[in-house]
Amino acid sequence: MLQFILKGILRDKQRSVLPIVVVGLGVMLTTFFYGYLKGVISGMLSSNAKLGSGHLKVMTREYAELEAQSPNDLAILDVPGVLQKLRTFAPDITWVPRTRFGGLLDIPDKNGDTRAQGPVIGIGLDLLSPGSTEVPRMDLKKVTVEGRIPQKPGELLISRDLAKNLHASLGETVTLISSTAGGSMAIHNFVVVGFTHFGMGPLDRNLILADLSDVQYALNMENASGEILGFMDSGYFDRDAAEAEITRFKQTELSSLLVMHSLADSQGIGDYLDMVDVYVWMDLGGMILLMTVVLWNSALMAGLRRYGEIGIRLAMGESKGELLRWLLYEAAVIGLIGATLGACAGMGINYYLQEVGIDISEMMKGSTVIMPPVLRARVLPEGFFVGFLPGLCAIVLGTALAGIGIYKRNTASLFKELEV
Amino acid sequence: MENGLIIELKGVSKSFAIGGGREFLALKGIDLEIHQGEFTGLVGPSGSGKTTLLNLMGALDNATEGSVRVLGRNVESFSHTEAAHFRKESIGFIFQSFNLLPVYTVFENVEFPLLVAGVAAEERKKTVTQALEWVGLLDKMYSRPTQLSGGESQRVAVARAIVKKPRIILADEPTANLDAENSHNILRTMVKLNQQLGTTFVFSTHDQKVIDYLRRKITLVDGRLFKDEALTPKLAGNDK
Repeated sequence: MLQFILKGILRDKQRSVLPIVVVGLGVMLTTFFYGYLKGVISGMLSSNAKLGSGHLKVMTREYAELEAQSPNDLAILDVPGVLQKLRTFAPDITWVPRTRFGGLLDIPDKNGDTRAQGPVIGIGLDLLSPGSTEVPRMDLKKVTVEGRIPQKPGELLISRDLAKNLHASLGETVTLISSTAGGSMAIHNFVVVGFTHFGMGPLDRNLILADLSDVQYALNMENASGEILGFMDSGYFDRDAAEAEITRFKQTELSSLLVMHSLADSQGIGDYLDMVDVYVWMDLGGMILLMTVVLWNSALMAGLRRYGEIGIRLAMGESKGELLRWLLYEAAVIGLIGATLGACAGMGINYYLQEVGIDISEMMKGSTVIMPPVLRARVLPEGFFVGFLPGLCAIVLGTALAGIGIYKRNTASLFKELEV
Repeated sequence: MENGLIIELKGVSKSFAIGGGREFLALKGIDLEIHQGEFTGLVGPSGSGKTTLLNLMGALDNATEGSVRVLGRNVESFSHTEAAHFRKESIGFIFQSFNLLPVYTVFENVEFPLLVAGVAAEERKKTVTQALEWVGLLDKMYSRPTQLSGGESQRVAVARAIVKKPRIILADEPTANLDAENSHNILRTMVKLNQQLGTTFVFSTHDQKVIDYLRRKITLVDGRLFKDEALTPKLAGNDK
């Protein structure tokens, strides 16, 4: 029977081409949209994770309550001890301490007086220890567009835009004016060794990066750090896995002093992800509905065109149920062809956009949102089925709806109907 | 060749609603018996009830009154599925238009009823080849319907009707779309099948060429059986 159906489909272009094109296009768009959306979201999450929140973040309870203010007076003490416990608790997650801080960067003239001054946001992170994971994670080799990455204590990276605004140059000594963990004024000199450009508005305006030990020294918080970030080995944020780790963490002794948050908990990202999920399913539902209506119409037209064939087959003794089953098999075969082609095309486009991406760095210059400068799609195994299955369902559903007409055929009028 | 009773109609009437609560009586009290191996024609003017009668014999419709027994079974008690199964097993149809499936070859068109009946591939091949041999179209088995003449198309339709070796073939104006030569060819083929296989043929026709081959002519007028006469065929299967 399959051979017979295939022959019919291959020989009768009117029977197959339009439905294959409709299913193929629908599936391609759905697969592409899904992969693109997932890619963009992943990119955004990845940027937020790398530059701000990690996939998981451990803080003191008090720090967590005032997290937006980066209250380093409420930082985690005995960071080496906590890190050791966290690495035992979840060895497949990379744990790194970071300290965020704010302050003023003062550029002195040759007399030591202020030549320029501006507000900065700073991140203290491990730049100097051998095998530091932070340098590749932050892609510092690439984003350091002038100069070099710090190689010894007392060296500083500042954003290129900030350097431009403050007329700072490489090799120049600058002064960070901030507050210590104890609340007193902190003044510390750094040598600017590199300029960074992340292609993300908020980071390119006034970001400074220094080794964590320098920041600990400058802010008088030895062995302490505002946050310890956890990064999943896959490089992608897995919300369910993160929630599971948090649940597990709550059962450890660490949880008496510390709290663990996931990336989804920060800056409304969880709500955003929920909203994206809703949009994805709405899109899929809309796509199925649209394809079903078009394919229903196409199946109705095919039914009219094949009126004689259906009549003769009813006369020859096929029951209406058998005939409808045949048409559904036929639709399934057409759907399989169209959906496979569409899903492959969608995955192909996604692969291209995953490798090449769309550069939006120019558009994001003035933005306050942390977005990756290059939007990339993501090729995911489920992406194939997200388009494929709805495409298949749509054509079978459309044919089933059109097939209701078979049940309205009156066999008593077949002789008359088949006269012409 | 003619022997057992295979179609029996007793007091059969058939009416159709024509709107406004009125009914049109297409058949009125038909009593009729047809035996195995007959070559019978239902003859009469348009609207006399020929096709309605074929519908009842072919389990395509139910009588309003009376009983219709075909091959010993009461067809009006059939459900839709039972009627379809009965047609698939026991009855072949030939239509005025050939109604071949245009995307399939001659072989595949003839093979189709066997495929639907679930016959195995080897058996199908053997049987289809035999059927095409009967109708003299072995050399056209790979042609498409669009490559055939009207006469050849109708011979394919005949092969399709006989391939499952039904005991009854119902043919509605089978020569209406054929010229004289092709009409005679197709009728000679049918006579040959009737004689060699014992298949019962029931025609609905007002074509004199068909009537010339009949051994029994049943004339219907206004839904009533007007005349039932045995004929000596003017043209036998091998004659022109």
